[in-house]
Amino acid sequence: MVGVLAQAAVNEPSNAEFFVFIVIGAISLGSALCVVVLRNAVHGALMLVVNFFTIAVFYAVMEAQFLATVQVIVYAGAIMVLFLFVIMLLGVDSEQDLRANPAIPAQRPAAAVLGLVLFAALAISVAGPYLQRSSACPSTEAAAAATDAAASTSCVGLAAANEQGNTQGVGALLFGEYVWPFEVTSVLLVIAALGAMVLGRKDEPPEDLVDVHVEADPIGAYRADASEEV
Amino acid sequence: MSAVLAASEGVVPLTRILTAPGGSPVDLAWLIPVVPAVSAGLLLLFGKRLGRLAAAVAITAMGYSAVASTLVFAFLGSQPEGGRTFVRTVGTWISAGPLQVDWSLLVDPLASVMLLLVTWVGLLIHIYSIGYMHGDERYPRFFAYMNLFAASMLILVLGSSFLTLFVGWELVGLCSYLLVGFWFENRDYATAAKKAFIVNRIGDVGFMIAMFLVFFAFGSLDFAQVLPEAATVLGAGSVTAVAICLLLFVGATGKSAQIPLYVWLPDAMAGPTPVSALIHAATMVTAGVYLLARTSPLWALVPEWGLLVAWIGVITALVTALIACAQRDLKKILAYSTISQLGYMFIGVGLGDQVAGIFHLLTHGFFKALLFLAAGSVMHAMANRTDVWGMGGLLRAMPITAITALVGVLAIAGVPPLSGFWSKEEVLAAAADTPGAQPIWLLGAIVAGLTAFYMARWFYLIFLGLPRWEADADGSVPHPHESPPSMTLPLVVLAVLSALGGLLNINPETGFLHGWLEPSVQRYAGETPFLAEAMAIVLVVALSVVGLVVALLAYGRRWTRPAPSMGAAGAAQRAFYVDRFYETVVMVPGWLLAKGLATFDRLGIDGLVNGSGRATQRLASVTRRLQTGFVRSYVLAVLGGAVLVGAMFFGAGVGW
Amino acid sequence: MVVPAGYYLLLAAALFSIGVVGVLMRRNIIVMFMCIELMLNSVNLTLVTFSRINGNLEGQVLSFFVMVVAAAEVTVGLALIVNLFRLKASTDADDVDSLRS
Repeated sequence: MVGVLAQAAVNEPSNAEFFVFIVIGAISLGSALCVVVLRNAVHGALMLVVNFFTIAVFYAVMEAQFLATVQVIVYAGAIMVLFLFVIMLLGVDSEQDLRANPAIPAQRPAAAVLGLVLFAALAISVAGPYLQRSSACPSTEAAAAATDAAASTSCVGLAAANEQGNTQGVGALLFGEYVWPFEVTSVLLVIAALGAMVLGRKDEPPEDLVDVHVEADPIGAYRADASEEV
Repeated sequence: MSAVLAASEGVVPLTRILTAPGGSPVDLAWLIPVVPAVSAGLLLLFGKRLGRLAAAVAITAMGYSAVASTLVFAFLGSQPEGGRTFVRTVGTWISAGPLQVDWSLLVDPLASVMLLLVTWVGLLIHIYSIGYMHGDERYPRFFAYMNLFAASMLILVLGSSFLTLFVGWELVGLCSYLLVGFWFENRDYATAAKKAFIVNRIGDVGFMIAMFLVFFAFGSLDFAQVLPEAATVLGAGSVTAVAICLLLFVGATGKSAQIPLYVWLPDAMAGPTPVSALIHAATMVTAGVYLLARTSPLWALVPEWGLLVAWIGVITALVTALIACAQRDLKKILAYSTISQLGYMFIGVGLGDQVAGIFHLLTHGFFKALLFLAAGSVMHAMANRTDVWGMGGLLRAMPITAITALVGVLAIAGVPPLSGFWSKEEVLAAAADTPGAQPIWLLGAIVAGLTAFYMARWFYLIFLGLPRWEADADGSVPHPHESPPSMTLPLVVLAVLSALGGLLNINPETGFLHGWLEPSVQRYAGETPFLAEAMAIVLVVALSVVGLVVALLAYGRRWTRPAPSMGAAGAAQRAFYVDRFYETVVMVPGWLLAKGLATFDRLGIDGLVNGSGRATQRLASVTRRLQTGFVRSYVLAVLGGAVLVGAMFFGAGVGW
Repeated sequence: MVVPAGYYLLLAAALFSIGVVGVLMRRNIIVMFMCIELMLNSVNLTLVTFSRINGNLEGQVLSFFVMVVAAAEVTVGLALIVNLFRLKASTDADDVDSLRS
């Protein structure tokens, strides 16, 4: 069975890709919708994690293996953890969240319309030219050579660019042509970290850090809630 | 007399203008208006401190002007005939492209006789005012205004261009307002002052438009440049000349109180009596006559319209004479009489015999000023009462006043050999001689009879008969006495002048005035009498005597009580309802228009301004809803805009 | 069955639109932020797809930078959200309306 599948994968790589695309794409869309729809913020965050994983799978399918790894590590691993920390910190009750604001009654319909219009516009302008069968991407170098390179909307594929491996290729670009933006973004990260530390600081003296009397102190409120329930 | 007159069109005036040698009276003539003006300024600034001394300052100023005017007259007389027209330029005033107007004086025979009248009669009235205004709390200010008036009238008379004359014209109107409304605490007096000024102003519009036309036609406003050229630039019968002349006459009707703008003069009796004497008898009201005499070359181009002027003059004279017959206020009788006599003057200048008009102007100045001052003397004695039916028998109490008043009455009635007879005869002779003006002669003769009648009535009811005055509301009874010498002296002087004034021009063709004024005016009167002169004279004198006798008999015997105010007498007493007519026809629509415009201003214009403010507020309150304060709506806006821009790019790419 | 490259682009467009609707409709600040992350990811997907279409790795490099910046942004943004919560004691974005007229 596996052999048949592997044979099928080698001979008709597009078949596997198609299968992967359908399944993972469905999960991706579903999880994205859940993020938007679910009332509980924690559930939404977890759905977003799922979505990030599906994106990572797509990266892997599209021969961007380095990026897939980075996606999992940074996005799903660091950013979403941070999100979850903050959600827990600030409290998970959000029943009032899904009510429409009566002061701006046009917001919801306008948002719906905008979403649809945006999707239509993007679909037509960005995705439109590449929806033909001829835009399918080859997975091996031989198949790449066989594609019609003259068509403007054909997919070249990363077989040639990934010759020395995807990581090496990306690394070569990062430290070669794009070393200057690379250094700048690293400085940006340092600044962001410093900024977050400064912004997150409380202004009271250290001995009042654990103090139930300070207002809007979620830790204290949480403890007070907990002690009330008892 | 008139048949022997030489048929002459006269030399066109102002064709030969000289410059006076420095230091001569003409060269210093610019001081004649300036000295009273400076005195007026001083009195206005320091009057309070001067107190009684203000009269001395004012009289000194007027005295200077009088003496200087006499010197000017003598100087002109010493010049050869034909060399008596001088222009003295003091400074440039307007120099704006084609319009050049200087502060300059035109000193010629016509101006010189007017100067003498204004300054000497003015001086006498200033002296009179010492006694009359004694004790008034604004004594210095009165003299300041009187001096200011004298200065204004002198500017008017000496002005060498239409515009300078107009400056004086307007200033005398202003002074009239100030002086008529001198006792402004009384609401009625203030209203009378306003009426005088406003009605004058209506006439001034005509004057101004005439000036525009003159400038348009001649390119200059200077008499020396307009009047000699009148015939060549405009030509006989030209429409422009007609327009100019009629518009000037409109101005004259305002200033000289003819139909339709005479209604201010009776009300102007609200002012102190010296004011009435000076302004409304001798000087300001004669400005219109002077204007028409000065612009005689223009009138000579359109004599048939001068006939219209004469008609208006005689009709005014007739109507106001009838009104005067029924009045009870002694000053109002004299006021209507003034309007009537002004009508005579306009007959003279309108028909082209400017010498006759000016002659009557001079004699009228003498006897009307005299009559007004006498009236003031009577009012002074009778505690300011004015009803003639509340007087009587004052001859015994104030003989000097009565006798001088009698001289005035006889003069105005045209009894020979007093001055009024000579001037009135000359005016009526002009009417008799001009073809087409015979009805004017007839009506003028009737007016002469009426004049004699109402003036005799005036005199009889005041000075003769039995005393009729009763106690006042507060029980006080007047004790009439003769006025102080400061008041009686001017009366005597004016009586002498009224009696002997006829000597100025006894014979219309060889009289002094006729020859004297010849270089200044352009005569165009007719020469064909329809009636033998002697016959005409006798008829008019007879009518006057009849009028006198009728009055004396009637008021002596039969009419010992005032007539009931009904019927024709009642209508005359109410001045034929002319004031009421003006009120309904002019004032009420004007008031409604003003109210309408005020409402329009309040609702429309203010509404527009406030409304735009309110509209801005409303617009702001609508658009401030964009500032929801919610981040989400701003995000919506940003994304919406981004989609729009993207669509535009896409559309551009696709080729929409 | 082949998968034309446009299918990935379509999916990315759909994810982007879903993210947009989420940002506009949800009131919880953190959920709004998560939807923004969703949008960023969809853009990354688009970039990688195009890098595959064009056959060079520059799209992936750009996507990498986007990830880095997104990380920095999340850091600072969440710190701000915590601060806001300390001020308002609420995670409702509509409670931050001081500029409301």
